[in-house]
Parts: sequence; C-alpha cells; structure tokens
Amino acid sequence: MLKISKTLMASAIAAGAILSGGAAATVTAKGVEYKDVADMLIAVMVADRTVYTKKVVQRLAAKEKVIKASEHFEDDQALPLPAQMFRFGAEHVADKTDKFSYSLLSLWPINKQNAPRTEVEKTGLKYIEENKGKNFYGEETLGGKKYFTAVYADVAVAKVCASCHNNHKDTPRTDFKVGDVMGGVVIRIPMTN
Amino acid sequence: MGKTAKLWIIWLLSTAVGGAILVSGMYFGGATRANLLIGKTTSGHHQIELACGACHTSAFSGRDEIEKTCKGCHAAELDAAKDSHPIKKFRDPRNADRLEKLAANKCITCHTEHRPNETRPMGVTLPTDYCALCHEDVGKNRPSHKDLAFDTCATAGCHNYHDNTALYEDFLEKHATKPELKERPIVRYNKQKIEIAAVGDPLTSAEQANAPKAHAGDAEVMSQWLATSHAKAGVNCGGCHAPEQKTAETIKANWVEKPNHKVCATCHSLETATWLQGKHGMRLADKMLSETAGLFGLFRDKPLTPMRPELARIPMQSKVAHTELTCTSCHGAHEFNTKTAQVSSCTSCHADEHTKAYEGSPHHKLWQAEVSGTGAKGSGVSCATCHMPRQWMEDEGGFDEVLLANHNQNANLRPNEKMIRSVCMNCHGLGFSIDALADPDLVKRNFDGRPSAHVESIDWVMKRVKERGAK
Repeated sequence: MLKISKTLMASAIAAGAILSGGAAATVTAKGVEYKDVADMLIAVMVADRTVYTKKVVQRLAAKEKVIKASEHFEDDQALPLPAQMFRFGAEHVADKTDKFSYSLLSLWPINKQNAPRTEVEKTGLKYIEENKGKNFYGEETLGGKKYFTAVYADVAVAKVCASCHNNHKDTPRTDFKVGDVMGGVVIRIPMTN
Repeated sequence: MGKTAKLWIIWLLSTAVGGAILVSGMYFGGATRANLLIGKTTSGHHQIELACGACHTSAFSGRDEIEKTCKGCHAAELDAAKDSHPIKKFRDPRNADRLEKLAANKCITCHTEHRPNETRPMGVTLPTDYCALCHEDVGKNRPSHKDLAFDTCATAGCHNYHDNTALYEDFLEKHATKPELKERPIVRYNKQKIEIAAVGDPLTSAEQANAPKAHAGDAEVMSQWLATSHAKAGVNCGGCHAPEQKTAETIKANWVEKPNHKVCATCHSLETATWLQGKHGMRLADKMLSETAGLFGLFRDKPLTPMRPELARIPMQSKVAHTELTCTSCHGAHEFNTKTAQVSSCTSCHADEHTKAYEGSPHHKLWQAEVSGTGAKGSGVSCATCHMPRQWMEDEGGFDEVLLANHNQNANLRPNEKMIRSVCMNCHGLGFSIDALADPDLVKRNFDGRPSAHVESIDWVMKRVKERGAK
C-alpha cells in the first residue's frame, strides 16, 4: 500500500472509472496499490492511442485518404504514426514528472534501443507473448531505486500495424498478423519505503 | 619594537588587506573577478566569461544549478534541431545503467567549461569515442559499421549527436539522386515579402519629420529616412528617438540620441531576440547584465558592454577594432538598407579567409546579378543568405509562426551540416552539399571550385537499398 501523490491519485482514480473488465481499484486512506495505479494508467494510454488510431489515422489516412501517416511526418507533411504519438506522450510525461514513466518495447524492435534491457523487461515481454490476455507485474532496482514495473501486451489491432512492421527495412521479424503480440507497454512507478 | 617586527606587521597587514580586496572583488564583483577564471573559456562563451552569474547563478551553486542555465539559452535551438539525444529520453529509469557510464542527461557531462586542454570542436570535452558507451554493438545490426572506429561516428560527416535533420538514413535515400544544382536555384524565402511590423500612413516629405528643432536631421539624414520602409510605414523620428511619445513636448523631453536594440525590439522583437542569442548581441542579453553592487557598494559589477571586433577570436579588420556592435552597426542609423546589411556590413568587420574570398566567388556573382536586377529575386547569395537565413519561427507567444531573418548567425554555423537544410538545399542537391561542407579548403575559398572531399553516407545508404531489393 503506497503513498502516491494526491494529484496522481486523483487522475488515476478518474482513469479507474473507465477501467473495463478489471476489478475495481482498491482505494484506501493510505493510498492506491501500485498494480491498480499501473492498470489505471494503461487504461488511459490505451484509450488515447485507440482514439488516435481510429478517429485520426485510420479515418483520414486509410479511409478518406486525405493525408498520409509517416515515420518522418514533419518532412513528409503527414500524421505521426500511432506508435510515435504514444512515444511522444511518454517523453512529454518524462519532462513533466518522475512519479511514473512508460515506454513501448518489443522483442522485435525496429529501433534497437527499444529492445528489452532489464531482466524484468525481458521476462515480462516473454510472459505477455506466451500468456495472451495476461499482464505481467514485477519489481526491480534500477540506478539504486526500487520500481514497481508492469508490462502490458501491445497487440496488432489493425492490418496496417502488422504490414508496416513487416515491411520496415529495420524490422527483425516479417510475419506479424492481426492479433499478434508485437511488443509491450512497460510502466514503472518508483516505490517508496 | 624592532625594525624587523614592524616590517613583519606591515607585510602581514598589507597581505591581509590586499587578499581581502582580491577575494571581495572576486565574490562581490569588480575588476578582480577575472582572477576567478580557471582556464580559457570556450569560444562559445568567451565573450560573456565575466558575467559569471549567467551560468553560476550563485557563488556556490552546484552542477545542477549550472545545468539549468544551459537550457535557458540553448533549449530552443536544440528543439529546432530535433535533438537526437534529448535529455527527456534519458529520464526513463531503464537507462539508469547507461547514465552511470555516461550521464547523458546533463549538458555539462560532454560540454564542461574552462577546460581548454580538453576542449574539442563544438565545445566537447569528452574523448571522441563516446558513442561506444551506448552503441558499441552497432555492428550487430549494421554489418557495414562493424569495424569502424568509434571516434569516426561524429567526425566522418555521417552523424551528429544532436542535429541529424539532414543526415538521417531515409532523408539521404530520398535525396540520393538529386543533381548538384537545381534547375531553378532560388532561395525560396528570399523571394517572399516579409510582413511589415508597423502600419501607418506613409511619410513622404522632410516637413513631416517630428524631431524637435535641436535634433533635426540634415538633408542627408532626411533623404535616407524618406527612402526607408520606416518612412513608408509611417515611422517618424520620434518612433525610434522618443518611443511611445505623442506630442512635440514629450518627444522633445524624452529624446534619445542613440536608441539601442531595445527600441528596435518594440517592432522587431524576434529579430532582436535572435540577435541577442548570437555572438553579435549575446553580451547584451538580459541575463548577461550583471549590474550589482556588493559589500555596501564598495565592489561593483558593471553590465557588459556591446561586442567589439577586438574581442573576437577570429580575424577582424583592425580599423574597426574598437567599434561597438549594435543594430545600427550593420543596418546604418538612418538608411536601414538591407542590401548593405547583407554583405558590406559583414565585410567591414570580418577579415577571415572565407569572408575575404567572397568577392568574386560564384555566390557573390549571383548576388551582384540580383542586386543589379539581372538575376531573379532570391537567386543571389549574400553573406546573410547563408548566415542569417530567413526562417519560419515561433513568435514569443509560442503559437503563431512568422517568417524572418534569423539574426543569430551562430544558429546554423556549427556543425556546418546544420546549414544543409536551412540554406544549401534551396539550390543544391544533398550529396553535393554534404561534400562541399566537408571540405574545409573549399569553405575557405568561399565555394569557388568543387569539393575535394567525399562523405560516403549516401553511398552506404544506397548500397543497403540495393541489398534489400536483391532479397
């Protein structure tokens, strides 16, 4: 049971309200469980990413064809890819707070810097690939600090996710199909003693 | 008391007093401050080295405090460069082990000031193979990179630590086959009309000038003023010499003989803001002013004076050594001729080989043609075309963007690949631009001739494209 700042708790509780399919978060006078906070955060992240993918990229790029989505969106005057949008959000958060951090990693990363590095990342990414529909939770010490680390599967929801990754010049894997786990979102929350 | 004892006392007292003056001066401000400099300052900061407080916000501030001041001046340019290694990337705890090897989340890890013997180009104070600390396994995914020495990543013309906007792989591929010179070489933004800052009824005769009698300009000043955009946009004498004053009395009472850059900034705010970021104006930036008085006013810091050519570390014309640099040094006090400001203002001070080789160079000939009317608008290449290029920049509110000449001539100067997109590619192909900038002798000759250097980055990219196609 942990002391997590009031603002984070408030936003996490708000996010918790939209959690679907999971048990209600345990909120006590002392705080919120790390696992619940991570689950709340992933709900917001997944929601935003889905909305961007469906209501912006798929609608305007795939369906209406008024604009393209491109990795080099500035040079190509195009939309950022959903995965980039997600990453920019993570960087923005990293600029604003150190109360949590998140990243999008994969066992088959296009950018090799996004391969798992810590033991928990390696175990977690393997676990979510082998246990479809389940999340992975662990603890680890990085740079002398203890973290609660949660890993959530990142699934190819649309054909373009799979085809884009399969055809990218730097991809180490070319047989992704819809429904495959392509990687995972890793959320870290520093643990206080 | 013996003579020796007296001498001892005098010696001790004078040492103590002298020491106290020296230390107080160093701590509170004043002429003895220079004794605190612990080594030759980098060429980026030497002009402001006596404004200690610009970086050391307090006498015993730690490295974290110094770090904050780096961003105060350099954050915007890193942002514009789409920094490949922004600090926010290193905030993720998964990089904690890397930070132990190289604290890449701090500017001063790589750029430590006052280390003259270790300072390399771009003010880098690390050994040049620093890339290996994180990318030592690059050969695994890029067999072509397997046997390359790690001190070549950033020195061979292929990669920069911060700015790779013109060097990233897909960009090289996209522009690989572009010709050396475009069919219609035109600097596109130089063709465009810049929105004027002031809008008023045009002033067309010297009788309309509102300077008080005692300060009235002579016929030459009047004819210069009437020919400017200032007069055409309704900017009268008082507009600059007595800003905000409306009546003849208040104009007279508030007359300023030599308006400074702050007056120009009332209409030309971004031009002035960028000028204050570069080496021409940095000494006058607000945060550099260190007008303070310490120890009951006994020790004083005076604000830095404007830049003078004699303070520069690059060759300058000796006849202007003591001239102070303000907006009017380049723009003239009343003529404000942008053509003059783009070439002859520069050459009147700068005396390095590149400047001296400009006259007669291919770029200069194009400039002469444009000025004389035989060349198309935007076809000439002045000093400012490359060193103060027109760019779209965010205004101070951070929402609107405006087109203006970036008056920070250092923004695209080093590493010189920064010029490729902002300048060279207006007229030249990417490969030619990379090679030309990689040839220091050609740069000295002001691009009179052909590049003798060749950077292989595009060749490597195209080799990879071919290999992919063969699969």
